[in-house]
Amino acid sequence: MTYQRPSFRHPELPLNELGYRKKDYEGSLSTLCAGCGHDSISAALIQACFELNIEPHKLAKLSGIGCSSKTPTYFLGNSHGFNSVHGRMPSVATGANLANRDLMYLGVSGDGDTASIGMGQFVHLIRRNLNITYIVMNNGCYGLTKGQDSATADKGSKSKAGSVNPFQNIDLAGLAIELGAGFVARSFSGDKLQLIPLIKAALAHPGFAFIDVISPCVTFNNNVGSTKSYDYVRHHIDATATFDFVPLAKEITTHYSAGSTQEVKMHDGSYLKFNKLQKDWDPTKKETAVHAMHKANEAGEILTGLIYINEDSKDLHQILNTNSRPLNQLTETDLCPGIHKLEEINKSLC
Amino acid sequence: MQPTNIKNPEYFHKVVDCQYACPAHTPVPEYIRLIAAEKYTEAYMINWESNVFPGVLGRTCDRPCEPACRRGRIEAEPVAICRLKRVAADHKADVKKHMPSAPFPSNGKKVALIGGGPASLTVARDLAPLGYEIHLFDEQVSGGGMMRSQIPSFRLPEEVLSEEVNFILDMGIHSHFKTYVKSLREILDKKYDAVFVGTGAPRGKDLPDLPGRWDAKSNIHIGIEWLASVAFEHIHSIGKKVIVVGGGNTAMDCCRTSRRLGGVEVKVVVRSPFAEMKASPWEKEDAMHEDIPILDCHVPKTFVVEDGKLKGMTFEKVHAVKDENGKRSLVSTGEPDVFIEADDVLLAIGQENTFPWIERDLGLEFNKWELPSVDPVTFQSTIPSVFFGGDSAFGPKNIITAVAHGHQAAVSIDLYCQGKNLNERLHPMVNLVSQKMGIHEWAYDSKIVDDLRYVVPQAEKAITLKDRKKEVELGFDVQTAFKEAQRCLNCDVQTVFTESRCIECDACVDICPTSCISFVPNEEEDALRLHLNAPAKNKNQDLYVSDALPTTRVMVKDEDVCLHCGLCAERCPTSAWDMQKYLYQVTKAGSCSHIR
Ligand SMILES: Cc1cc2nc3c(=O)[nH]c(=O)nc-3n(C[C@H](O)[C@H](O)[C@H](O)COP(=O)(O)OP(=O)(O)OC[C@H]3O[C@@H](n4cnc5c(N)ncnc54)[C@H](O)[C@@H]3O)c2cc1C
Ligand SMILES: Cc1ncc(C[n+]2csc(CCOP(=O)(O)OP(=O)(O)O)c2C)c(N)n1
Ligand code: SF4
Ligand code: SF4
Ligand code: SF4
Ligand SMILES: [Mg+2]
Repeated sequence: MTYQRPSFRHPELPLNELGYRKKDYEGSLSTLCAGCGHDSISAALIQACFELNIEPHKLAKLSGIGCSSKTPTYFLGNSHGFNSVHGRMPSVATGANLANRDLMYLGVSGDGDTASIGMGQFVHLIRRNLNITYIVMNNGCYGLTKGQDSATADKGSKSKAGSVNPFQNIDLAGLAIELGAGFVARSFSGDKLQLIPLIKAALAHPGFAFIDVISPCVTFNNNVGSTKSYDYVRHHIDATATFDFVPLAKEITTHYSAGSTQEVKMHDGSYLKFNKLQKDWDPTKKETAVHAMHKANEAGEILTGLIYINEDSKDLHQILNTNSRPLNQLTETDLCPGIHKLEEINKSLC
Repeated sequence: MQPTNIKNPEYFHKVVDCQYACPAHTPVPEYIRLIAAEKYTEAYMINWESNVFPGVLGRTCDRPCEPACRRGRIEAEPVAICRLKRVAADHKADVKKHMPSAPFPSNGKKVALIGGGPASLTVARDLAPLGYEIHLFDEQVSGGGMMRSQIPSFRLPEEVLSEEVNFILDMGIHSHFKTYVKSLREILDKKYDAVFVGTGAPRGKDLPDLPGRWDAKSNIHIGIEWLASVAFEHIHSIGKKVIVVGGGNTAMDCCRTSRRLGGVEVKVVVRSPFAEMKASPWEKEDAMHEDIPILDCHVPKTFVVEDGKLKGMTFEKVHAVKDENGKRSLVSTGEPDVFIEADDVLLAIGQENTFPWIERDLGLEFNKWELPSVDPVTFQSTIPSVFFGGDSAFGPKNIITAVAHGHQAAVSIDLYCQGKNLNERLHPMVNLVSQKMGIHEWAYDSKIVDDLRYVVPQAEKAITLKDRKKEVELGFDVQTAFKEAQRCLNCDVQTVFTESRCIECDACVDICPTSCISFVPNEEEDALRLHLNAPAKNKNQDLYVSDALPTTRVMVKDEDVCLHCGLCAERCPTSAWDMQKYLYQVTKAGSCSHIR
């Protein structure tokens, strides 16, 4: 078994605008099972952060427990990271974000970590609209504890041992829209062409941005009869659109046939361009988004792509009207301005 | 693109860059692994089978393998392939017991070999075990050809050469030394079943028309003749000031030999710019290390002779100019001519073939350059029983080329003597074996080290310049040899893809450190090369393309900078990738393999 990746890279690979190589965004060698979907999502995150020219030390990764929650070790090795308790990543993220609003926050979780033990924290994170990109690596099972059905397993889906799941599934994307999340998308670990622009857009979104990424557990949930296997997902995928993320002040390089292209302007001035594949769907209109999801569910299809976006959403700092300087940079003199300031305030109250 | 046919033996052969570039196709990574495993005898025998003179070549080979080495495409320097070969030779145990030993049962056929250089000796080695009676003729006192007469002892000790020459002569070869063959007709009249001509390119070029050339004959020497006279101990000294004219390996050997025979101010003077000189970079370095300046862009104009005594030479200074077609020529800089003092001048400006002993009425055709018409595959001349090889066939090359020619000529002679078609040659012997030992265990050492190339230590200059026979290079010690061997990327351990197993999970794409693997829509090669995860600009390296996968895409692997690290196969959940060791051996005469 190889524990270290060779240090050589393809000599022709470009540097990004910061002068970093893609290698500078990698982490240590994965210890997940060979072929695990989670590793592909890690690769997509590396590519997205490299292309977005993110300074690695300006980003913090947070996760809970699970194979999915282990992945932050395998990407962005030069960024901050906190591997928290099962289902408790949202509260750690909230604390971190309140203390230092200057970092970018990337939450990585699993369907077990989010939809079972962490459900309480998850819904409040959305309610508070924390500025974080929250990725669920969704394999319909508890991979780390050997593949028990999770709350996102579809009703009727068959486990590797042959038992059929009798329960309704929780659709995390539908829930997120319902709770008022400002950015909701679904994707597939095996579709980087779609996943990478979605990750970039989510990172650019100012508030809670959620991506439910179907990510097959190759060891415990890739069997015939499972609805989260590579084969099943490939055969039942149905996308809202094809996407291209256009960062701020960049020329558009992708060629679009006239008329078919739409765009959403992101808060920071970048664009998410898309070529619609669904009729009667408009990602900025909640009803049409919810309708498109229901329609796909009824047809037994998995709707992927950006589903809903609201670029006017206000994040927690805006809601609470906090100081624009991060809390961890405020010194004692800022926080205890002294007797004169107190007297001034008292005076203003008379 | 069409799916790659990996059943074609040449496909994976080409991936093993060093072996592919070696004229004799020595299985390089195989012997490097054996050196790392301290199996020097086995490493030696792999070499001996392919290139016949591992000890000689480990010191002197022109090493076409090294510029081809994959490692040179991912970092600054290739693996020290050549000097590792020497390690096998230096540390081998008894190898003779692994070689075919005479007497061999006779097959009733007789073959004459004219010349005793590496080409002829290779023919002898390949044919003797098959029962041929071999008669080898050479005008020198012992075998080896230019390896003995030209290559100086400080690069190639006499014992090393003799040992390997004797391995062959001991196979019951009838050697006729000190015998100059003055007539091919006489040889043909002796009714040999076949004749092989391996007489080399023995004539050194001169500057016969340069003013002063014939006025001080005794101090103006033809480089290769002078080197032979030194080797056979007819010449023991040279003047203090020496000019060596020329920029190839003969020039480098002449100047370094001069330094050992009393030359103090030895200068190499060459027409072409330094970077374009024929000598290898390491030869130039070694010369400069011995305080020999190389003056480039100097064209010889006159020999300056006073009172019948050589005083030096004048040169015109030139620079390289390219015309609009990119053709480069040397044009005078207009500066005054340069005079350089000299007691002796050595001319090392090239060699030519010459066949004064071949009668032109025998039916043996010569082309306009006075080279025999020789078939490049069979090495047969226009007289069916006469074959050529080595420098005598297509002009001066090097030892390893002579050996490669010898092998092929031996195959032809064997076919010819059996009355078979010379063009029906056997395919190479190939073998492809999985290296899988466990889920993530390989039978080869797949770890990639970052070590930079190790330098071969040299003996002190103060000692080597005093003794012409003292070998300069000391060779790697075994510890350094191990570290250098670990730099080899095991390019013969092939990445073999089975599309029916692939579930398109992307794991191999994600893990590959050098972005070799892509899953993309199929296109024509030129377009495909641009649409991969990393551009595949090196067209000398193939794309390995699968048949269509369930998503209609194809797997495309650019062989260019694959590290053969095995990570793709380790991360593949279905073993669609496997690491398989590919052994490619050129089929020798009688298709006998000395290694079992
Ligand atoms: C100075 C110098 C340095 C070199 N250094 C290297 C090096 O470092 N590495 C390398 O790979 N190559 C080197 N070469 C080239 C290499 O020596 C030759 O390419 C190689 O030896 C050719 O082998 P061959 O078998 O064709 O003939 P040769 O080695 O030339 O042998 C031919 C033999 O035939 C004999 N002969 C010729 N005519 C007759 C005749 N009529 N009757 C009987 N005998 C005859 C000659 O005496 C000679 O012994 C060097 C060459 C020179 C000149
Ligand atoms: C408090 C607590 N309860 C239970 C566990 C056991 N446990 C570890 S991982 C896991 C489920 C992980 O599932 P998911 O988040 O989907 O991750 P996956 O491994 O599938 O990627 C559970 C229940 C735990 N570690 N801690
Ligand atoms: S158990 Fe499943 S989820 Fe966990 S690493 Fe293995 S394949 Fe991935
Ligand atoms: S062996 Fe596989 S993983 Fe390693 S460099 Fe080659 S293609 Fe990439
Ligand atoms: S890792 Fe194996 S199964 Fe997965 S895409 Fe590569 S070859 Fe196919
Ligand atoms: Mg899970």
